[in-house]
Amino acid sequence: MVNLNVNIDKLKLKNPIMTASGTFGYGPEFDDFIHVDDLGGIVVKGTTGKHREGNPYPRMAETPMGMLNAVGLQNVGVDHFISDIYPQIKDYNTNVLVNVSGSTIDEYLEVAEKINALEKIPGIELNISCPNVKEGGMAFGTSCPSAQAVVEEVRKVYKKTLIVKLSPNVTDVTEIARVVTEAGADALSLINTLLGMAIDAEKQSPILSTVTGGLSGPAVKPVALRMVWQVANAVDVPLIGMGGIRNATDVIEFMLAGATAVEIGTANFVDPQVTVKCIDGIKAYMQRHGVDDVNELIGALRK
Amino acid sequence: MKQIIDFTVVSNKTLNHEHFVLELKPDKPLPEISAGQFVEVRVDGSENTMLRRPISVHDVDYDKNILSLFIKKVGEGTRHLSELTEGDNLNLILPLGNGFTIPDSSNVLLVGGGCGVAPMLYLARKIAEKGLRPFILLGGKTKTDISGIAAYQAFGKVAITTEDGSEGEKGFVSDHPWMKQETPDFKLLYACGPEPMMKAVNDFGKKHEIDTEVSLEHTMACGFGACLTCVVDTTKGHQLTCKDGPVFNTKELKW
Ligand SMILES: Cc1cc2nc3c(=O)[nH]c(=O)nc-3n(C[C@H](O)[C@H](O)[C@H](O)COP(=O)(O)OP(=O)(O)OC[C@H]3O[C@@H](n4cnc5c(N)ncnc54)[C@H](O)[C@@H]3O)c2cc1C
Ligand SMILES: Cc1cc2nc3c(=O)[nH]c(=O)nc-3n(C[C@H](O)[C@H](O)[C@H](O)COP(=O)(O)O)c2cc1C
Repeated sequence: MVNLNVNIDKLKLKNPIMTASGTFGYGPEFDDFIHVDDLGGIVVKGTTGKHREGNPYPRMAETPMGMLNAVGLQNVGVDHFISDIYPQIKDYNTNVLVNVSGSTIDEYLEVAEKINALEKIPGIELNISCPNVKEGGMAFGTSCPSAQAVVEEVRKVYKKTLIVKLSPNVTDVTEIARVVTEAGADALSLINTLLGMAIDAEKQSPILSTVTGGLSGPAVKPVALRMVWQVANAVDVPLIGMGGIRNATDVIEFMLAGATAVEIGTANFVDPQVTVKCIDGIKAYMQRHGVDDVNELIGALRK
Repeated sequence: MKQIIDFTVVSNKTLNHEHFVLELKPDKPLPEISAGQFVEVRVDGSENTMLRRPISVHDVDYDKNILSLFIKKVGEGTRHLSELTEGDNLNLILPLGNGFTIPDSSNVLLVGGGCGVAPMLYLARKIAEKGLRPFILLGGKTKTDISGIAAYQAFGKVAITTEDGSEGEKGFVSDHPWMKQETPDFKLLYACGPEPMMKAVNDFGKKHEIDTEVSLEHTMACGFGACLTCVVDTTKGHQLTCKDGPVFNTKELKW
């Protein structure tokens, strides 16, 4: 038997496979396809203080080996999440994390404080990297002073595991990583989507209603791997890697680069069972390489 | 329950330069499918078609355990599907979405234009299974856009319009006498096709206070409510084409 357990701060994961916010609904959307309990954890949709309608249609454009989205944090809002959704998902036997989003520090604080009171939510992922809303989101995650401020404030009200999700849309990801770690992040997750754009040449117009959107899927994987590796060399907190993961080999690559766990996003749309297939694939890889404990792979890149 | 099922291509019928019908056989019995529901087809073998393609259920033959899809070639994914031959494999997620209301009266009108005829055959079959005979109006640019009429005739009263007059009445579906009646007796209208066509059917329904159900084709990444990209503006705010639709009563849409 190989050991797949990993720890992210106080969170105990039965394996390194988690799902990425905004690509897995709240979990029940996948109940027909997999046992959500088999996963190391899930991160639910970005949740804000008030209900948000998000951006107008069209919100999606497929690009080579990837997709652009401009959902714009459509979500039910934290109060509705607590009253209607939390009761449906609190008994999943896995780590259910909430992706906390906002436009102002006060909004992040409101959501974090309310989620802190939920017994069955052991951690939050602070989204300071959403490229699809006008105010806040990525604006917080792309400058050191604002990233530091929001993480410091949230740290004061949030007592459980605080994961901060980093934006790739920066000149030097390690600077932000250092700042938010010093401000109190227990772990970091990366990367959020890369700002991109798609044009319909026939109509000579942008495809997305917002013109620009966030790129995800296999196309971003090399960028994501590079950033995980850079951040792993810059800070000491555990990392959750993501960006374009489709199979167990991709997972192993992220772990070798320094990730303790991974989140799978866009690939869930193509194969709703991809997460459990990755778990099986990791076991097979470990057996093939004579690795007994998956933790041995973390940051084990040979140079 | 939504399932992921492997299918084998039984036949691929070319109807004309852009439309084709795929007949698919699953490796287990087909699940219960409502008229108006759709499938998400995985298109392998091209780096530009990572995401699945949403396609309406055209017909289901439970005796033979065969599902058919009516598809229009518009880009790389649908072109790839048009090249499949007998024995090829295809992976589908199904059944997805809500479906049309099945009426209690024969006085309903089904209108399909272009590849919007796709869901109408199975809808007609489901209505006919209740012992009813609906009115079915099929529109195309030219004669070759309309095919397999006999299948529809088995389930209802069929009329055709073509823009060039090469088959049936000349003009758009909205030029057909059924849609020119002063006091139509229809209890419900159904439309699928290009948006101007669906809007014309809706205008007819509005004028005579008849409810209209339309099937929308908004672009989507997943098809089962996770990506939130296929939103439709409705009286209840943003709703999802894949989960709350693809069939909407036009009263809910801001049409
Ligand atoms: C619920 C639903 C049911 C559908 N049912 C059918 C059906 O029964 N038969 C059928 O032929 N098609 C149907 N469609 C449309 C079909 O999904 C698209 O035509 C297909 O995804 C295009 O893929 P492609 O790779 O060939 O084209 P792409 O290369 O992806 O695109 C080529 C061109 O087609 C346009 N296009 C792409 N997707 C759509 C879309 N969803 N709606 C309108 N234009 C689009 C693009 O803007 C582009 O200009 C349905 C769509 C939905 C959402
Ligand atoms: C449709 C969609 C919606 C997303 N919504 C969110 C969100 O609400 N919050 C967030 O932090 N990231 C969101 N993301 C980003 C993903 O969580 C993930 O960081 C990114 O997609 C990269 O991983 P992938 O390539 O495996 O998809 C979204 C991504 C997609 C494709």
